[in-house]
Amino acid sequence: MTALLVAEQCLNGLQLGVMLFLMAAGLTLVFGIMNLVNLAHGSLYMVGAYLATAVFNWSGSFLLGVLFALPATLAIGMLVEVIALRRLYERDHLDQVLATFGLILFFNEAVAIVWGRTALFTRVPRALAGHIMVLPGVRYPAYRAVIILVGLAVALVLYVLVNRTRLGMLIRAGASNRTMVAALGVNIRLLYTLVFGFGAALAALGGLMAGPIYNVQPGMGEEILIQVLVVIVIGGIGSIRGALVGAVVVGMVDTLGRAFLKPLLSTTLGPVAAQSAGPALASMLIYLLMAAVLFFRPRGLFPAVRS
Amino acid sequence: MISRGQAVVLVAGFLVLALVPAAAATLNEPFYLDLFRRIMIFAIAAVSLDLILGYGGMVSFGHAAYLGIGAYAVAVPAFYGIESGLVQWTLAVLASAAAALVIGAVSLRTSGMSFIMITLAFAQMFYYLGISINAWGGDDGMRLARRSRLPALDLADATVFYYVVLAILVGLLWLGHRLVHARFGIVIRATRSNEARMRAIGFSTFRYKLAAFVLAGAGCGLAGALLTNQTDYVTPSYMHWTRSGEIMVMVILGGMGTLVGPVLGAAAYLLLEDVLSAWTVHWQIVLGPLLVLVVLYARRGLYGLLPGSAPRDG
Amino acid sequence: MRTPRSAAVLVLVAGLLASQARAAETLKIGFITTLSGPQGVIGKHMKDSVELALDHLGRKVGGLETEVTYGDDQAKPDVGKQVADEMLKKHRVNFVAGVIWSNVLLAVAPTVTGSGTFMIDTNAGAHEFAGKQCHELFFATSWQNDQTPEAMGKYMQDQGITDVYVLAPNYAAGKDMVTGFKRFFKNKIVDEVYTKFGQQDYQAEISQIRAANPKAVFVFYPGGMGIQFVKQYVQAGLREQYPLYSVYTVDEVTLPALGDAALGSWETRYWSPDLKNEANAKYVGDFRKKFGYTPSYYGAQSYDGILLIDSAVRAVKGDLSNKKGMIAAMSRADFRSTRGKFTYNTNHFPIQNFYLLKAVKGGGGEVEMQIQKTVFENHKDAYYQECPMK
Repeated sequence: MTALLVAEQCLNGLQLGVMLFLMAAGLTLVFGIMNLVNLAHGSLYMVGAYLATAVFNWSGSFLLGVLFALPATLAIGMLVEVIALRRLYERDHLDQVLATFGLILFFNEAVAIVWGRTALFTRVPRALAGHIMVLPGVRYPAYRAVIILVGLAVALVLYVLVNRTRLGMLIRAGASNRTMVAALGVNIRLLYTLVFGFGAALAALGGLMAGPIYNVQPGMGEEILIQVLVVIVIGGIGSIRGALVGAVVVGMVDTLGRAFLKPLLSTTLGPVAAQSAGPALASMLIYLLMAAVLFFRPRGLFPAVRS
Repeated sequence: MISRGQAVVLVAGFLVLALVPAAAATLNEPFYLDLFRRIMIFAIAAVSLDLILGYGGMVSFGHAAYLGIGAYAVAVPAFYGIESGLVQWTLAVLASAAAALVIGAVSLRTSGMSFIMITLAFAQMFYYLGISINAWGGDDGMRLARRSRLPALDLADATVFYYVVLAILVGLLWLGHRLVHARFGIVIRATRSNEARMRAIGFSTFRYKLAAFVLAGAGCGLAGALLTNQTDYVTPSYMHWTRSGEIMVMVILGGMGTLVGPVLGAAAYLLLEDVLSAWTVHWQIVLGPLLVLVVLYARRGLYGLLPGSAPRDG
Repeated sequence: MRTPRSAAVLVLVAGLLASQARAAETLKIGFITTLSGPQGVIGKHMKDSVELALDHLGRKVGGLETEVTYGDDQAKPDVGKQVADEMLKKHRVNFVAGVIWSNVLLAVAPTVTGSGTFMIDTNAGAHEFAGKQCHELFFATSWQNDQTPEAMGKYMQDQGITDVYVLAPNYAAGKDMVTGFKRFFKNKIVDEVYTKFGQQDYQAEISQIRAANPKAVFVFYPGGMGIQFVKQYVQAGLREQYPLYSVYTVDEVTLPALGDAALGSWETRYWSPDLKNEANAKYVGDFRKKFGYTPSYYGAQSYDGILLIDSAVRAVKGDLSNKKGMIAAMSRADFRSTRGKFTYNTNHFPIQNFYLLKAVKGGGGEVEMQIQKTVFENHKDAYYQECPMK
């Protein structure tokens, strides 16, 4: 029974991990290549969730929501890059933090004006509403299983894209030495806009899959953003591989901590102390992990090579 | 350093702050006394952050941790019956300084983005620690039954409390001014522009930076002690990362590395919130793009827009 | 030069407002609720009910010109406290009403009563205000937190149900709810789990429930938390295995989002749209007509709160300085409540009935809560003897 429970909680951790990865992949690329701290990445996640949920609730077709939200968020992302963010690449991180914080406020209010401040609720698409047997005795919601599969598939596609294509080569080159890539005559502006839009679409994919599980509400992006920042710092800024490892580690640590820390503590501290210390310590775990990683490896587990 | 125009503005600004209680009393609008006191308390927090952010180039994304520690240093003793302000406020300063010493000792070994994130991580740990202690209210927080007792000063009197906060703000600005122009401040600023050179000529830059980090933490802890008295309440949300972000916005909006700028930033941020939110519930849709514009076009913050301002002093 | 100029403008505006305020004698009510985030849906129920009450009173509460200011506490105690301060000092309200969350009420109520202003609590039932911290200016039109789970605890005990898994959010009311439940439920509790307030994903907890294999599950997840929990509970296929008993979780606020996922859930409550009395029929009927959806107890309590204020102001003939007179009038609960006739206990909390409800398919095919039986008649809370007011 306990082994099955651990297996099931690992699945839950993996599911959280791949959601974090979808966000982290775009953020780490933007960070690594354009050297931009984009706090507004969470807003793109939120926009994706809203667009997909609105179309889904209106049309009744989840697929239609996906097909609308992905290109729409990609376009919004590129628009934001062209209007505001491209002016920030040469600025220091502090200016970027402030400006993208301003963008967060803007996006949160914009969706509040369009859809109201109360949360939008939606349901899991009917075809995926059931559950499947992953192991004898372990039933798992089909929708969450699909999230895991989609996330892993995206990771695979990204791996091929980054390591086997010309675009990927430019991206890798850009992450390690920007000036050199520009000197080689690559249209660096266009590359930047494309990468940003692509990151936005990945964030939207995360957001629209989160819609049926979490609440769709103004500010939903910031709750996940901070965890995503933890992921890319642990993984190493600019590294897709680092983002994947970091995301899975953070997802696992957070979920397993929430599930098993309290029972573990209650054997040593007693049930009353464990009742209050357990959940809080579980919430702290990923930050403890990040502080430890940063202390021993300030550039993360898989640092991208920098000139 | 300070132009004639700025000096006039400075004096006028503090005259206005000094006259707020009289104006609020004449107009019978006690709310504005509260609002301006809140502004000054956040100004204290912002000035303390400016010491390390503006002068030292240390981008601490966890400054709200000290705000929370200072706040709990008042509420927790009060909960156990110790109401003396001298005890509470001393504890607030010492506890936040001690926390800053530990956080700084670890964090200052990193730099750049790692430093931003590791300070954030520590602040989040304190936030969850606050949530976990059920005896002190946990997530719900704690009510402060009565304000700190100070000898000869009754903080329950809104005006007296106002002038206490004003005095602390002016005192902190004066101290900060002395500090950044003393040898200590010069070393800190020089370290920001070229740390390797400072080390090469024999300065232990780590110690200087750590000392500045601890001073900034202590200053923010005092702001936290005042904030609990202002709101009569403390919750872990004082330590949430969004609060750290707000304090940072105040500093940058007002003008980093200027000491007075953060005061302007705190005033502008909280007044905008008050004015715009009375006008529309969607006030943040105005504030957001405004922040972007400040970054893009007013790089030295509101202070830099003042008439006759000198170039940012390095 | 920002500060002095904005200050001057502010001072000017403030002066204008102040001179306006003195011109006419109006009744000012500040209504605090949650209007944003996943819990904002509750605030909408309350706000709409306040508006309906104002309509029914011809926009004049107690015969006076009435001005209602709504404040959003964002479900956070410190924000609620700040909103209350602003209502007291900037808007100078005569009554503060509303408040969904017990932790927010713990921050708000002492501020309000401490300034000599009436606090009409239309939801949160923190035990502190029923007992040691009771106040003559404080009246609740809702209930004390422990009471509703007490009714559920009694029902489950009487049914002989055992091995119950208990979940609640980790905040003031969550702890009250479990305390109340355990006051009447004496059989075995498998585990007692407190989750973070406002948590959205309960998958990890749901896996733990399955592993513990209880006979039944008892939860308290109000508003948005309830929608998330129940949906995920059903998605994981747990409903068929472990029947779900809850308080403040499956109700008219969450039913539209839950739909069929709610079918078969059990709740206890003091009010329901199908409660038979004239005032309730009028409230529910007009509410559906005006807003196009079914009201909840959050709304009924808020509607009652405005009627309670109306009864008090009428009793003193609009003399808002006569606080003693208004206290005496309110203690009589002399208004047509949506729950039918009830009386106030010495601590200004209602003495009222509690019913067992079940989520079933209604006539129109929609899932609705229907009263099954009465669990408690004229039920008093467990704290009134600690209250110094006699």
